[in-house]
Amino acid sequence: MAQGEKVIVCDKLTKRFGDFIATNEITFEVNKGEIFGFLGANGAGKTTAMRMLCGLSTPSSGKASIAGFDVYTQTEQIKRNIGYMSQKFSLYENLTVKENIEFFGGIYGLTDQQIETKTEELLNRLGLKSEAKKLVGSLPLGWKQKLSFSVAILHEPKIVFLDEPTGGVDPVTRRQFWDLIYEAAERGITIFVTTHYMDEAEYCNRISIMVDGRIEVLDSPTNLKRSFGVSSMDEVFYQLARSAKRGD
Amino acid sequence: MEAVVVQNMTKTYGKEKTLAVDNISFSVAKGELFGLIGPDGAGKTSIFRILTTLLLADSGTASVDGFDVVKDFKSIRNTVGYMPVKFSLYQDLTIEENLSFFATVFGTTIEANYDLIKDIYVQIEPFKKRRAGKLSGGMKQKLALCCALIHKPTTLFLDEPTTGVDPVSRKEFWEMLRRLKEQNITIIVSTPYMDEASLCDRIALMQGGKILSIDTPDDIVKAYREKLYAIKANEMYPLLKVLENYPGTLNSYAFGEYAHATFKDQMKNMEEFERFLAEKQLTGVEIKSIEATIEDSFIKLLH
Repeated sequence: MAQGEKVIVCDKLTKRFGDFIATNEITFEVNKGEIFGFLGANGAGKTTAMRMLCGLSTPSSGKASIAGFDVYTQTEQIKRNIGYMSQKFSLYENLTVKENIEFFGGIYGLTDQQIETKTEELLNRLGLKSEAKKLVGSLPLGWKQKLSFSVAILHEPKIVFLDEPTGGVDPVTRRQFWDLIYEAAERGITIFVTTHYMDEAEYCNRISIMVDGRIEVLDSPTNLKRSFGVSSMDEVFYQLARSAKRGD
Repeated sequence: MEAVVVQNMTKTYGKEKTLAVDNISFSVAKGELFGLIGPDGAGKTSIFRILTTLLLADSGTASVDGFDVVKDFKSIRNTVGYMPVKFSLYQDLTIEENLSFFATVFGTTIEANYDLIKDIYVQIEPFKKRRAGKLSGGMKQKLALCCALIHKPTTLFLDEPTTGVDPVSRKEFWEMLRRLKEQNITIIVSTPYMDEASLCDRIALMQGGKILSIDTPDDIVKAYREKLYAIKANEMYPLLKVLENYPGTLNSYAFGEYAHATFKDQMKNMEEFERFLAEKQLTGVEIKSIEATIEDSFIKLLH
């Protein structure tokens, strides 16, 4: 992990909806090439925070810069420099594997030549060559997830945001997915990931846990377990989230 | 007495006859908490839909509380409770209206079986005038469970009730299930989360329409014969690569803060292995022998 260069810098970032403070003065920094786990119970404010970081929602107050761009004034540049993948939004099921790659390559402004090279490279790496002409809808979920992640980083973004990327797949496929994450991080792409799997939290360099709109703790998994005097991230999470007042 | 009996059940879909359930047999005893554990595509939902009489199997037989799923479908519909994966209550009705609707449909009242849902219902009662469509995920899940219980079912089918739910709410949900079990309700629950498997009386590990193994969680773990090691280093990703490349490795994979690995010779030559790790410039190396978990067992079955 390259120290020094910060690709996410948040200072008291806040989002209010009327009287409700969804995200309450969150302050943190993420380094280039870091795998950062963004955890919290349902309703803690993770999605709202992520939407602001992706340039999709204007903050109520506070400051943040993503890949060096301001979340108030440079949202278009932010969108060009990040990748995004979630369980809900990923690929077009009625397009083939190859068409999906070409489509997203086009959206990200890659040249035809670049798209061709990237497509070849990606199909090889994922072992999907023989499936290139199949509709994405017909692929097993695990393949869709891997393809979806690969497409999200097709344009070599500075940061990729992953919103619960591995739901519903078997333990082996889930680990293959994390191999892709590790590889991307090694190449210097920053990974910002939410998950409900606490063993996946352990794979992160650092994690934050949100409770009622605030970032309650932020540290490496090892340090968090030590400071809570427990042996698993599950217990850290449980101790913190149990104190939540806000309803789910 | 067996509450659910499934014999040679097979289900295919579409013209291509895609196999969803592949000649499966199992039975669940009355009052048992039984788990179908496996990823998407394992066949869990198809089994639930066949047992709740919403879908016909291609072949095989199945019964619930002694009723045949084909001949006696009406009796089954009256006696079982079913919570599908997808939230399927009426979004435009309030919490209270949904509950009273389901009670009425089954010819009972909320009061008659209030005992059964009380623990769960009190948690959502403050919002009883709110429409179901406006509830958070956790509250929807609790309401769906109340609606599935309101007619005091003999058997309760819960299809992935905790998917996408945070670890705290998942834990609370399982505590609710343990309490329901005390009421002698048979519960069949499916989940993709391996850590929930150990909370069941018995489990079936499933993949691609087949049951890979079926037993108590303890016995599944005991059947794991190889010696399993947990290994840690300050550099985790490089460690995983090193383990993959070590000639003596049988299988290795990340497991939380450790890597888990099994070795060809049951690791008789520990020194050679330690030397191998040291040569690769890994620091802070820790190696210990551990007991397998359900997840390790599942990975081994898939390997």
